[in-house]
Amino acid sequence: MTTTIPAWFTARQQAAQKRYESIPAPKRGDEQWRFANIKQLTWSAGVSPTLEAEEILRVISRSTGLEKPAAKFVFLNDDLIHSESHLPENAICLPFADALLSHSDLVEEYFMKQETRLGSAKFVALHEASVKNGLFIHIPDRCEIEGSIEVHHWISGAAISFPHTLIVTGKSSKVRVIDIFRSVDETTPGLGITYKDLFAGHNSSLDYVAIQDLNEVSRLIAINETSTSRDARSKSFILNTGAAWARNESFSQLIGPGAHSDMLSVSIPHREQEYDQRTLQHHVSESTYSDLLYKNTLYGHSKTVFSGLISVDENAHHTDAYQTCRNLLMTDDCEANSMPGLEINADQVKCSHGSTSAQVSDEEIFYLQARGIDPVRARQLIARGFSVEAVQRLENEDAENLVLTFVDAKFARIG
Amino acid sequence: MSLQITNLHATLENGTEILKGVTLEIPAGEIHAIMGPNGSGKSTLSKVIAGHEAYIPTAGSITLDGQDISEMSIDARSRAGIFLAFQYPNEVPGVSNANFIRAALQARLPKGEEIDAVAYYKHLYAQMDLLEMDRKFTARAVNEGFSGGEKKRNEILQMIMLDPKYCILDETDSGLDIDALKIVAKGVNAMRSANRGMLLITHYQRLLDYIKPDHVHVMAEGRIVKSGGPELALELEEKGYDFLKEPALA
Repeated sequence: MTTTIPAWFTARQQAAQKRYESIPAPKRGDEQWRFANIKQLTWSAGVSPTLEAEEILRVISRSTGLEKPAAKFVFLNDDLIHSESHLPENAICLPFADALLSHSDLVEEYFMKQETRLGSAKFVALHEASVKNGLFIHIPDRCEIEGSIEVHHWISGAAISFPHTLIVTGKSSKVRVIDIFRSVDETTPGLGITYKDLFAGHNSSLDYVAIQDLNEVSRLIAINETSTSRDARSKSFILNTGAAWARNESFSQLIGPGAHSDMLSVSIPHREQEYDQRTLQHHVSESTYSDLLYKNTLYGHSKTVFSGLISVDENAHHTDAYQTCRNLLMTDDCEANSMPGLEINADQVKCSHGSTSAQVSDEEIFYLQARGIDPVRARQLIARGFSVEAVQRLENEDAENLVLTFVDAKFARIG
Repeated sequence: MSLQITNLHATLENGTEILKGVTLEIPAGEIHAIMGPNGSGKSTLSKVIAGHEAYIPTAGSITLDGQDISEMSIDARSRAGIFLAFQYPNEVPGVSNANFIRAALQARLPKGEEIDAVAYYKHLYAQMDLLEMDRKFTARAVNEGFSGGEKKRNEILQMIMLDPKYCILDETDSGLDIDALKIVAKGVNAMRSANRGMLLITHYQRLLDYIKPDHVHVMAEGRIVKSGGPELALELEEKGYDFLKEPALA
């Protein structure tokens, strides 16, 4: 194993830095930033505080999640501070910084190969230029990982964090990875620019869950790039409960016949929180299936933007593609913007897209109240149920319960 | 001990009067049935007793064992002992039946007190057995994708679990086939008690073959126009509601 950063990576980072400097910042009027809060895109250089050993131990002890994770990693401002693994020996699951040294060729083969298509090319370049850690997972052919790999990413102080998650599943393999993004304290504004490279190989199953529960003064730009091969099944789930502002760009590419992609999200903003969601379901190959379900429950003066496109290539016949964004408006002052879109260039496709925004109806509340449940609790039960519908699509009890602990904590904060 | 409704008037927000002076007493231990044609105000009466905010009570009172509940919120009335089995029960997506009933029971406990989960499920399963409901039902979302019969059975299950003092069943027989009706009736009959009063609202006499009422009332145009024993239901069935229009009854 080499101890120096591979030359290809250094060259990529240098080129990315130049790209970052040359790409103009998004501006008002850019279609991909429609309804977006452009003001959130300026920040000062990050400051990473040095933490005492005792504080680091406290962060590790706060990194609780699943009862029995298949492996567990804890990062603090992109430095690994804890790891444990019960994975089979032939599965590679390493901090990205280590994988760069020990599996340089493999990382190079998959690292950030996609063209950024949803607006954040400049910030993707910044991520590429700045990334130093994260997790690299390579599951060999026919290897099925029981349970989930759990990864905690903590931001401390006014740091800028660039966690990278690169997952490659071999033929007929299976893995589930859960990333949890949190802040060490509740009052210091941090920034995360995260990137997930997800490659579901032939006939494999790749489930990815991102739980975003940063403090409510932090910001996040999260890029998900998923490629799903022949007969493979990918599932990505995003939960947004924290941050002052979060932008999620999720691109799912179906590149082999029989590929199946589920894109799920639950967001529960309150106060002045803003979540900006851009998605693209790109059907490259024939006989592919994608299903997107985004559910937003808005409180206070919060705001969401959903812009989703289904794009079907010329030869991608027999495509099934579905896209649903549902907004539940819990106050009169919240704002949900939805822009669903279709771009179909093939015949024999089944596509649907739809977006709805609704308030809890008086009749629903009446039913729960008539059972003795007070109206505040009734509204909360209905709103939780609204989110649960998407969480259940994870089809894994442990992962669902973990996500629901964050959902319930958020509802408790809303009160 | 009774649910006492006295000279109850109620209007819609637009001022249309639906209830025009309903007086009715349901003593604990008795089952009363209200029959009447469509639009007579039967369902409205049940909703006004439950506290539905779309109806504005303009006169009269509702007392439960002597306590005036007219000013109480919907949920407070329920906790005080009123149960309304809905004609069209709502769906509550993402909330399992077990959690829903548990939340309703929890709402009846003092703050800080928690339901004993083991005892709760034991009791729930026993009542589900009575109503011939599959155990899988506990994990299903409330009324979502339920058949008409399943929804009505679910209402009766909730009623049994919440153990109210006064039950109001709004057209519980509508949309039920005969087998489902028998099961629902079994659940209701199991609830008969000297300490509980029941009000059955129905369009058809058929329900009363399975749940024998002590008294039958006929409602028309927002009022109770005739009261009698169980034989009144048979008379209505035979003659239809038109006989109410005969001058002798005016």
